Amino acid sequence: MLLLVLRRLLQTALILLGVAAITFLLLYALPADPARMIAGRSATAQTVANIRRELGLDQPFPVQFWTYLHGILQGNLGRSYAQKTDVGALIMARLPATLILMAAGIFVEVVLGLILGIIAALRRGGPVDRVVMMASFVGVSAPQFVVALLLLYVFAVTLGWFPMSGFGSAAHVVLPAATLGILGAGWYARMVRSAMIDVLNQDYVRTARAKGLSSARIVLRHALPNALLPIIAMIGIDIGQFMGGVVVVEAVYGWPGIGQLAWQAIQQVDIPIIMGVTLVSALAIVLGNLLADIIAPLIDPRIRAR
Amino acid sequence: MHVLKTMLRQPSALFGLIIVTVVVLMALGAPWIAPYSPDNQMFDGLSIEGAPLPPSTRFLLGTDTLGRDLFSRLLFGARTSLVIGLVANGIAVAIGLLVGVLSGYLRGAVGGLLMRFTDLMMAFPALLLAIVLAALLHPSLWIVAMVIALVNWVQVARIVYTETRGLVERDFILAERSLGAGHLRILFVHILPHLMPTAIVWGTLGIATTVLLEATLSFLGIGVQPPQPSWGNIIFESQSYFQAAPWLVFFPGAIILLTALSFNLVGDALRDILDPTQRGRG
Repeated sequence: MLLLVLRRLLQTALILLGVAAITFLLLYALPADPARMIAGRSATAQTVANIRRELGLDQPFPVQFWTYLHGILQGNLGRSYAQKTDVGALIMARLPATLILMAAGIFVEVVLGLILGIIAALRRGGPVDRVVMMASFVGVSAPQFVVALLLLYVFAVTLGWFPMSGFGSAAHVVLPAATLGILGAGWYARMVRSAMIDVLNQDYVRTARAKGLSSARIVLRHALPNALLPIIAMIGIDIGQFMGGVVVVEAVYGWPGIGQLAWQAIQQVDIPIIMGVTLVSALAIVLGNLLADIIAPLIDPRIRAR
Repeated sequence: MHVLKTMLRQPSALFGLIIVTVVVLMALGAPWIAPYSPDNQMFDGLSIEGAPLPPSTRFLLGTDTLGRDLFSRLLFGARTSLVIGLVANGIAVAIGLLVGVLSGYLRGAVGGLLMRFTDLMMAFPALLLAIVLAALLHPSLWIVAMVIALVNWVQVARIVYTETRGLVERDFILAERSLGAGHLRILFVHILPHLMPTAIVWGTLGIATTVLLEATLSFLGIGVQPPQPSWGNIIFESQSYFQAAPWLVFFPGAIILLTALSFNLVGDALRDILDPTQRGRG
């Protein structure tokens, strides 16, 4: 077990190194020029050249990459071009907001997915099942920004129940979390349904029913625990997906997380911040999967035995 | 024929097929169906105060902030979405097939390297990568298609890899090899045909993803650039106005949703029909 975790951590480090290399190469190859961006439109060629030298952009690619890697290994993500501050500090300042949003979003999608999935499995083949399955398809096919704008229009503009945008109170988190949750719940509902159907057909569930146990007890104590495993794997994947996907939701709701930070940085060609957010997102993806792999044997003795 | 007949019997697949057909007809027939030119900024397309007009008999779905007919713009937007959907997703499936087959068939150092690269790409935040690339390159229809293809091939490669690994072990491949067939013959005559169902299913499901991704990039203003209409940039252009003119968000949003939903429904039905082992699973 410990060996496995160690090996996975080493893999994680290699993957992050690879992600850093590819992102750096891509940003280096792109035609956008950060020096020109900082200097502004009216700057002279001399000013631009000075800024370029100051940022180390006049160095050849291998030198730039090495300098960057060297920094990362010391826990230094570099300095923002536009904001002139430490990228690590900028990201750490924004991270809590994104984590709150992510936790709330995952909560909504898991609860919604569980309820819908269980109902569909119990009413398998019936009209309720079909409606739930159709709804789950609609959920996974809906564009994030349209759902965000729609919720904003109905619940903030028309009904006035929730604030339009911003951060600070519990009411602020409802709409962004609902946007993320509604979109993700479809996958969970489908997965819970198929896991439940597999289990409900097993002999031990029939035995439990024959013993006279109530439906609720059978579902909660005998069937549901078996659906937990795929859900945990899914949450692991989701953690990573959210980090990449929050850009849109944070943009619509003015949520001051790392998605917003990334979006501003992209518009300013602020490469250190773009690199930093990409690395943090990649780290989240890898850690999410790792977490799922570590938790799985803790709740399922069958995996532990292997 | 069998595939089509089976699909027509399922209400959800039938619904998907109908909507897909309608969207394709919209895209093909846009110049003839559209009541106005999509770029025509009509003088009577705005209210006296200069605000967009709500849906009426003259402007079926209303007008946008520049007084252009929304219905006409949506028709031409269908072209943009479908072209990107087909091109981007076609390239993604092709790359995915190539990488997946090669890494599954070759094994060894080359195969291992390809698969490690795929693993690496799996850890990449795809949407973020697409946003960064699209924003820093000069956005155009083809750039958007390339960016989407670049982030979407990974999943296909993974699945094709697993399938190829399974196929290579099978007896008929061994028999073929002992008869002296070369690698190319085995790959093209024996392995690729078995992967076609997967390619077709992902070719369809992927269009849904692609349409959504294009809309998202355009919504952020880094996708297809106005005045060329795309469903995403119609919303982008009018989002600051959407409280006063919600139809400008609602109609494009609805058609994006319907299109993605339909390709998902058709793709899912195809998977059930072409791959019986997946039947009944989520």
